[in-house]
Amino acid sequence: MSTEVVETTQETVSPIFGRLSLDWIPYHEPILVGTFLAIVLGGLAVLAVMTRYRLWVPFWKNWVTTVDHKKIGIMYMVLGFIMMVRGFADALMMRAQQALAAGGAEGYLPPHHFDQVFTAHGVIMIFFVAMAFVTGIMNFVMPTQIGARDVAFPFLNNFSFWMTVAGALLVNVSLFVGEFARVGWLAFPPLSGASFSTGPGMDYYLWSLQIAGVGTTLSGINLIATIFKMRAPGMKLFDMPVFTWTALCTNVLIVAAFPVLTATLTLLTLDRYLGTHFFTNDLGGNAMMYVNLIWIWGHPEVYILILPIFGVFSEVVATFSGKPLFGYKTMVWATACIMVLSFVVWLHHFFTMGSGASVNTFFGITTMIIAVPTGVKVFNWLFTMYKGSVRLEVPMLWTLGFIVTFTIGGMTGVLLAVPPVDFQLHNTLFLIAHFHNVIIGGVVFGVYAAVTYWWPKAFGFRLDDKWSKRTFWFWCIGFYFAFLPLYALGLMGATRRMQQYMDTGWQIYFIIAACGAVLIAFGILSTFIGFAVSIRNRKALACGPDPWNARTLEWATQSPPAPYNFPQVIEVHGRDEFWRMKQTGFKWSTHYTPIHMPKGTGTGAVISLFALAFGFAMVWYIWWLAILALFACIAIGIAHTFNYNRDYYIPVDEVAHTESKGATA
Amino acid sequence: MTMLDTPVTGPVNGPDGPDSHPDHHHESPTPIGFWIYLMSDCIIFGVLFATYAVLGYNYAGGPAPKDLFEADFVLIETALLLFSSITFGVAMLQAEAHRLDTALKWLVVTGLLGLGFIGMEIYEFNHLIHIGAGPDRSAFLSAFFVLVGTHGLHVTGGLIWLVTLCVQLRMHGLTTANMRRLSTLSMFWHFLDLIWIGVFSFVYLVRLI
Repeated sequence: MSTEVVETTQETVSPIFGRLSLDWIPYHEPILVGTFLAIVLGGLAVLAVMTRYRLWVPFWKNWVTTVDHKKIGIMYMVLGFIMMVRGFADALMMRAQQALAAGGAEGYLPPHHFDQVFTAHGVIMIFFVAMAFVTGIMNFVMPTQIGARDVAFPFLNNFSFWMTVAGALLVNVSLFVGEFARVGWLAFPPLSGASFSTGPGMDYYLWSLQIAGVGTTLSGINLIATIFKMRAPGMKLFDMPVFTWTALCTNVLIVAAFPVLTATLTLLTLDRYLGTHFFTNDLGGNAMMYVNLIWIWGHPEVYILILPIFGVFSEVVATFSGKPLFGYKTMVWATACIMVLSFVVWLHHFFTMGSGASVNTFFGITTMIIAVPTGVKVFNWLFTMYKGSVRLEVPMLWTLGFIVTFTIGGMTGVLLAVPPVDFQLHNTLFLIAHFHNVIIGGVVFGVYAAVTYWWPKAFGFRLDDKWSKRTFWFWCIGFYFAFLPLYALGLMGATRRMQQYMDTGWQIYFIIAACGAVLIAFGILSTFIGFAVSIRNRKALACGPDPWNARTLEWATQSPPAPYNFPQVIEVHGRDEFWRMKQTGFKWSTHYTPIHMPKGTGTGAVISLFALAFGFAMVWYIWWLAILALFACIAIGIAHTFNYNRDYYIPVDEVAHTESKGATA
Repeated sequence: MTMLDTPVTGPVNGPDGPDSHPDHHHESPTPIGFWIYLMSDCIIFGVLFATYAVLGYNYAGGPAPKDLFEADFVLIETALLLFSSITFGVAMLQAEAHRLDTALKWLVVTGLLGLGFIGMEIYEFNHLIHIGAGPDRSAFLSAFFVLVGTHGLHVTGGLIWLVTLCVQLRMHGLTTANMRRLSTLSMFWHFLDLIWIGVFSFVYLVRLI
């Protein structure tokens, strides 16, 4: 009842600190204190280094306030990798707990902690790792593929990024101040409602996703407008590289799906804060409506993650096979079909709701139909390699690993699409194995392929081959060890999110899975060692603009590209324009003109900082701070509109200087 | 053209030098960007309309539409908002004819009509909460308050934008940038009108029959 909620919350709310008190600081939890100390010491070290080498001003000027889509893209990738470490630490904790807690043993994580860990793992991996990665890749690559100087709304792009960071920070604050939600990554009510989740954990969940969601939606709008309005002259839609096509479809999905998430989470927030009855058990609320709404966002979301990755593999496979992509048009249409179909399958996530045979049949069949365009894509990649001169560089290793792994994951997905089968497997570890199979085998492998493929473009040198290969083999083998046992466990009836279990026969599978997670940990370690080794050897690994003999426009410019990307506007004549430019001996003209560019601004970062303060204040019921912070966000936003002086011209001398530097490098 | 074609080949010209290609200027992406934003906003309203459709009959023993809504009141509210769209249209015509002062006057009229609409809505909400029909009374009332309130918040945002833009028009006149802002706000204002027609029909009218 709403009256109960008001009572429990009002008991401890102070006018200054809200419901925040010392009891909420987990200083009695050694794991958290240790993590906290490590982060504080690491943070202090970074601050010291930045002060020592006077990096604060360059950091503010070149990164925080930048509107350059390439730098914003790189910052998204950095965010993704940092958050991956956090999310993966959660994964290791879960695997260790489940490897131990069999037959009455309780392991080392009490249920309230274990529940927070699996919730945080899911939220972080989807919203702040996978989303950050795909948004980062789209930001870095897409504008250069269409011959643009920047995105359509450069300031908005900077703002979107910092809002995503604010959301990520809020999730991490929950680690040391209070608690996180204990409800699973999609926070189904009534468990996530006011009656059953009383602490601040659930509110951390809501506000961090809302703040990050603003960034995601705006970024989606921005990138669609970029593709429609900023293409180089002559580039028709069907001349666009396939990655740009997949970015277009992905951003259409973002703009169509994320508002549903925003609205749904708002309704849940109102249930919790104002005592409304959307998803409550009493006074006419309907919890299953939440489940429907959240999956109307949630299913398109998985395609938001995988479509750009399909684009990445399409670029990689064409480049390393030395051939144009097989079936360009079928690839585009398959992408568009998936985009549309992704909105008519949401109910397969809860066949067990009991909506009846006809409804379940409809959604089962639509789900199986999605496998058709996906199959088209797999065959296109295979036929691109067929009779090509395939070079097995590291991005190609990831592609091959992906094709095999993703196909297995896709087939278990089709199994789950059969409603009677799903009734057996719903919420079992079979499901967990399935979606990790497609998200790791698809999204993660694709992100690694993209990072290895476009790293030379971003920084002017290649990644170290040996460590990149180690990363691949650890991830690939580690994945199979970590998740094949989960398929078996799911078939044996092991449900997801178990803090402990009685059947000791299951334990060996959990132990193997934990070993797989350790292998993946070595993969992640190899990634960072690889980055470090490559940066140290950057002179030896230095490369020109086109190290892979690639086909699309991003390779036509310097590595790393100048802020304006291209010294002149490119006239596009067809698909794979850069390939044609190379065939015809293209050279950049040395008659430069001033280049029109947007100015950087700190407004986005400052508004996001206040948005973070607003979120934190709302979580803890610190109403005065919430009002102030919200007012500041609006006021700064309005003040920004009074600045009409937002662009400048790069003078000819500077362009000439930058280009001559690139030519000698 | 076959489905599995290879790239087109043809004559190739690189960039031709300084004069033939001054830095390429695209037309402003703002209109299409704002359209896409409006569509995403439309989906938020779509979710709220769907929620009202699902929960709109769950009175939980509390009041039903016929006990709460008054057709005359809503009609006047609707008229205020619809007329504000007409006055905004007139303001746009005046702005395009480069008559800044007249345009500003019509914008002020638009703002006053919008303010009247918001005032009536606040009065209605306050009245409902006062008689015990607040958003926490039943799922029907939750859905009602949030759908109508979200629209009201948008109108309030539009009013703040209107005031800001009037100041900017006074400062800089009818420049290209300001004309773009004016037409963007105009799209937003008419969009809210459209949403209100949905609210008027599905939330009030149908439920009063």
